Amino acid sequence: MKAFTQHRGLVGPMDRANVDTDMIIPKQFLKSIKRSGFGPNLFDELRYLDHGEPGQDCTDRPLNPDFTLNEPRYRGASILLAQKNFGCGSSREHAPWALEDYGFNVVIAPSYADIFYNNCFKNGVLPVILSEAEVDILFLELEGAEGYELDVNLVNQTVTSDSGEVFSFALDQFRKQCLLQGLDEIGLTLIQAEKIRQYEVEREKAHPWVYGAIK
Amino acid sequence: MVARTLYDKLWDSHLVNENDDGSSLLYIDRHVLHEVTSPQAFEGLRIAGRAPWRLDTNIATPDHNISTERSERVAGVAGIPDEISRIQVQTLDDNCDHFGIKEFKMNEMGQGIVHVMGPELGATMPGMTVVCGDSHTATHGALACLAHGIGTSEVEHVLATQCLVSTKMKNMRVNVEGTVGLGVTPKDVVLAIIGKIGTAGGSGHAIEFSGSVFRDMSIEGRMTVCNMAIEAGARVGMVAVDEKTISYCKGREFIPKGDLWLQAVSYWQTLVSDDDAFFDIEVELHADDIIPQVTWGTSPEMVAPVTALVPRPEDQVNKELRKGVERALDYMGLEGGTPIASISVDRVFIGSCTNSRIEDMREAAHVAKGRQVAGSIKQVLIVPGSQMVKAQAEAEGLDKIFIAAGMEWREPGCSMCLAMNADKLGDGEHCASTSNRNFEGRQGKGGRTHLMSPAMAAAAAVAGHIVDVRLFLSESSSTGVEL
Repeated sequence: MKAFTQHRGLVGPMDRANVDTDMIIPKQFLKSIKRSGFGPNLFDELRYLDHGEPGQDCTDRPLNPDFTLNEPRYRGASILLAQKNFGCGSSREHAPWALEDYGFNVVIAPSYADIFYNNCFKNGVLPVILSEAEVDILFLELEGAEGYELDVNLVNQTVTSDSGEVFSFALDQFRKQCLLQGLDEIGLTLIQAEKIRQYEVEREKAHPWVYGAIK
Repeated sequence: MVARTLYDKLWDSHLVNENDDGSSLLYIDRHVLHEVTSPQAFEGLRIAGRAPWRLDTNIATPDHNISTERSERVAGVAGIPDEISRIQVQTLDDNCDHFGIKEFKMNEMGQGIVHVMGPELGATMPGMTVVCGDSHTATHGALACLAHGIGTSEVEHVLATQCLVSTKMKNMRVNVEGTVGLGVTPKDVVLAIIGKIGTAGGSGHAIEFSGSVFRDMSIEGRMTVCNMAIEAGARVGMVAVDEKTISYCKGREFIPKGDLWLQAVSYWQTLVSDDDAFFDIEVELHADDIIPQVTWGTSPEMVAPVTALVPRPEDQVNKELRKGVERALDYMGLEGGTPIASISVDRVFIGSCTNSRIEDMREAAHVAKGRQVAGSIKQVLIVPGSQMVKAQAEAEGLDKIFIAAGMEWREPGCSMCLAMNADKLGDGEHCASTSNRNFEGRQGKGGRTHLMSPAMAAAAAVAGHIVDVRLFLSESSSTGVEL
């Protein structure tokens, strides 16, 4: 897994609540059997005026001028500032894959859907949770300043603006350590293989019907 | 001993280890795979040189990305015209064959939407942990399972280790007492719940549905309810075991027989919350307050009784809500104040993991029987959830009822719920849909989804617009058939 410690970058806005995973990456792109290449289709239906299909070259597609992230001032944004319940809907990991492939390393929002939140950590994308009031402040500052950048530090669990404001965020330690070190989670779990086997032996004794039926 | 909820019991019985960092290793009994969220996981196994931890815990089937047209299905995987789709379905077959995972292939008896297939085959049993790379895995909680959706990295993790690294959720109970009226279905109950608690109301929680409404409900109805827990933000929805759970399971393909069955049943009967168990959040609704529901906006929480008016932005209590309603109405092409029961419909979709089981088919057929689809309707798709549902419906003659009414009887799959295949809405079209999400573009770019029950969708097909199905039912009450 890709490691994450600290990131400084341009901020881009997604100023609406309940942004769902269908919006982040529409279903037709889920036909791919790869993990990469979803960036050009991030927010496809909002971002382009035409209908996108997998495998299409997106460079000449007509951009939607009303979609904020298309504005030149947000080109190259790597921190997405968003609203509550971001990533609701399906479990598709293609959503963080698309964000990461587009160039977003960080999302900042007041809350996330559970599955999306979890999926981000598996892909080196840090979902930061700040309060609604703090997110409102960041939206205001972003609107007022072209080239607005933030500094996100996972070690200290802080978001720092150039004016020196510091916002702290919480996250659980397991996720933090995995992301900081870019750990292979499967490898970590397999260290406990003996415990899993012991559990299975006991389970097979107590609940034998769980096993063996499907062949 | 401390009183425990059903969720607490399921969690405790699957705990392999509590790690020092606050996370836990949770054992997974059943892993359901489909073509869309598994290929990258299998690829990951191959790259790392890993094999599945064990095989008899996994079961697979293609559902999301397959055609529902009989003429296309008969040609098999090789006959799938879209190359990218063909490769994806073929890749599932190849991966299952290579690793030795049990798969019900596209046209085999047993194939179906993952969340229809698992319970109907008895692959899902009470007390299990069930995961799948699909957010509607909560469906299986109707059988008192701890079931939830996972991402593709976790699909790989479960394949390789039979475990997930998890943190415990909080407990939430949604209690609905009373008896629902004629024409009020499980879909209406769950839509009313989502309307009350909101699309993030259950975030971070496992929901247990309790009360007389769920006790009286069939297991298939409970599946409809648990299925949509995720639309209220909760990864997990559950109903405790009762006699209905036991009799639903009995005799299904993978369900134990003989002594093992008796042993299983005595354990399953313990899968209820203790009387004084603690819930972090408790929500109460009353059956009398629930009438047929319809969504008018672009989030499942944007729902109202069929007798209501579309909300007006100016009536909203704050700026954020006003903005949300404005944006939704703009997308939906609706004016605030319009009666919901007057909204014209272009297409109707009856299917999806929410509402494609035999009882849903019967419910829709009951309304469609002896009636005709309105001339203004472009298409009515009836998509059974599995090969077994399809066979049962045909044995009961339901297919003939649908066809006689001017509806299309299709092959099993996810179809227009997420519109990955050719079944989709055109730009600006309104759809009466029994699926689970009314997000922008969900059923096709620019498509406008109205979520409702199978009975309501069938009634909309006949009327040409959204209509209160109860009008149809009192009309036909002389037939003596009740929903």
